[in-house]
Amino acid sequence: MPLRAKVASSVSRTAAALSRAAGRGDGSVIGGWIGLKIDPDLLAHLAAGRAIALISGTNGKTTTTRLAAAAVGVLGKVATNSFGANMPTGHTSALAKAGSTPYAVLEVDEHYLAQVLEATDPHVVALLNLSRDQLDRAKEVAMMAQLWRAALVRHPDVRVVANADDPMVVWAASPPPTHDHRIKPPTVTWFSAGQRWHDDSWVCPECGSTIQRSGDQWWCSGCPLRRPQPHWVVEDDGVLDPTGAWHKVSLQLPGKVNIGNAATALAVAAEFGVRPVDAVSRLASVTSVAGRYAQVEREGRLIRLLLAKNPASWLEAFDMADLAPTLLSINARDPDGLDTSWLFDVDFAPLRGRQVLITGDRAYDLAVRLDVNDVPFQHVRTFTDAIRAVPPGRLEVIANYTAFQDIRAELDRVN
Amino acid sequence: MSTESLRIVWVYPDLLSTYGDRGNALILARRARQRGMPVEVLEVRSDQRLPATADIYLIGGGEDGPQALGAQRLIADGGLHRAVAQGSVVFGVCAGYQLLGNSFFAKGTRYAGLELLDITSDRGESRAVGELAGDVDGRLGLPPLSGFENHGGRTHLGPGVAPLARVTAGVGNDGATEGAWRGKLLGTYSHGPALARNPALADLLLRWATGVHQLPPVDDTWPERLRAERRAAVAAARG
Repeated sequence: MPLRAKVASSVSRTAAALSRAAGRGDGSVIGGWIGLKIDPDLLAHLAAGRAIALISGTNGKTTTTRLAAAAVGVLGKVATNSFGANMPTGHTSALAKAGSTPYAVLEVDEHYLAQVLEATDPHVVALLNLSRDQLDRAKEVAMMAQLWRAALVRHPDVRVVANADDPMVVWAASPPPTHDHRIKPPTVTWFSAGQRWHDDSWVCPECGSTIQRSGDQWWCSGCPLRRPQPHWVVEDDGVLDPTGAWHKVSLQLPGKVNIGNAATALAVAAEFGVRPVDAVSRLASVTSVAGRYAQVEREGRLIRLLLAKNPASWLEAFDMADLAPTLLSINARDPDGLDTSWLFDVDFAPLRGRQVLITGDRAYDLAVRLDVNDVPFQHVRTFTDAIRAVPPGRLEVIANYTAFQDIRAELDRVN
Repeated sequence: MSTESLRIVWVYPDLLSTYGDRGNALILARRARQRGMPVEVLEVRSDQRLPATADIYLIGGGEDGPQALGAQRLIADGGLHRAVAQGSVVFGVCAGYQLLGNSFFAKGTRYAGLELLDITSDRGESRAVGELAGDVDGRLGLPPLSGFENHGGRTHLGPGVAPLARVTAGVGNDGATEGAWRGKLLGTYSHGPALARNPALADLLLRWATGVHQLPPVDDTWPERLRAERRAAVAAARG
């Protein structure tokens, strides 16, 4: 590593430690930011010599990154940004902190995938899904798919692990047809984990025709784009690998969506030569991920935290939540997106028949939504009020980003 | 109002439903049912014929490509024009508002609109993102408009329409006026589930559709609290 990079890397680690000591979060963003100021190529220098996997998508990337890091760990030490700091500053900080490791598994914010591909020259990129998320400042879904596609065309040697069930992802992972025989098509390993959310992929990104669906299958009515045959498939509570062998997946994380994340993690690890039979037991070592799925006891209530940031992830959260009193908390601060319109893209009907409490900066937006949805609810001012409003036993908490962090802070930054 | 039930058509949800647009159909249906009206909500996708006999047509927001495609298909279909000729109510939001006009810009190209509202839209220098509020045209008898806008368009009103509101916060059409209406056609830049924050506007559409001049009141505790909170937030942001 050049001297400048060494200094930058060391300063980055110190700044992160100071930030943590000052109680300002995990320190991964500030540490990376200072490091990049000293050496703009620091991320590339830190990435050099490591076999790297990048994990990106709208939902599930933090958990999938954690699972994939556990799976690749079969081979040796893995650097990873496991606190969800998923922009280049976070990657820089994670790699600097980890020191020299043969492997790295990095979660990447979908907007930064092109830039991080460029800087880290990864062995494999996993593309999970694309759906509407914070549209007041984020790219619209079709534009995001276009950016991914353009980035992958510039890196024909990277191996791609991609979701066969998401038309936007399939299109992004399939390069535009070319007559230049020197350009070889990328190697794509397709996985299928099922997808509840379809409302961002009714229109073909290639030709604008309607996407038709029947069972697991989907196809464009106007061009050849269709669901590829997946190599890795979620089946019951396990995963079928490309050889046809089925592996039972035992996780400490709830929901079918996490079996899907596990399948993706095994597919990513397989690109490094890890056999699923060797990796699958390691997945159970992942308990909670940056507070997601964490369980805490308070005043006789067993509280479980579920993060739901956008319509697709709310549908998954309802699937994971037990039939128990449930607190919903909504904010609309900068990291959440300022617009609450998405609440009407979520059908809250699965919550009927249980005690529902609401709180957060934007509880009234949620109140109007639940009212229209015929879901009875009670508004509480604080998290403490919510705990006291429910009987002892399980309390499910579903919150969007900063609301989740607020509650996590009240629970002493539970991990 | 057609036959036995109030028929609401959500136009092209496959193309024009970017962010919570379903809310307007849900809110209208609920407010009608609370008044004892039977309601039928039809979701008509862009590969289907648009029925010309419904009472209310809702057109939502969308990205550039789907907006252009939606306008082309609506022009080719002709159902919306027939419905308007028969006195149906149309409520357009954001991209759905623009495409009711004479023309609009998408992907850097000017596209023909449906020419149902005398408005013309082009691109602004910057994107308008944030709270939108305004005092509504006195003839409509509504309280102030409250919404969230997220668009890059600027809309110019011709003599055939009146502005829906005078802007008090945000941009709307051009920083001065917001939305447009004529007869039973109304469009706004208040995007997504615009009626969630504007229950009186929802009732106006229901009154237009049914010809009933006074609807029995419903419990608006939560929408009113939401409106008050947003009003306070806009005032606080202004300082």
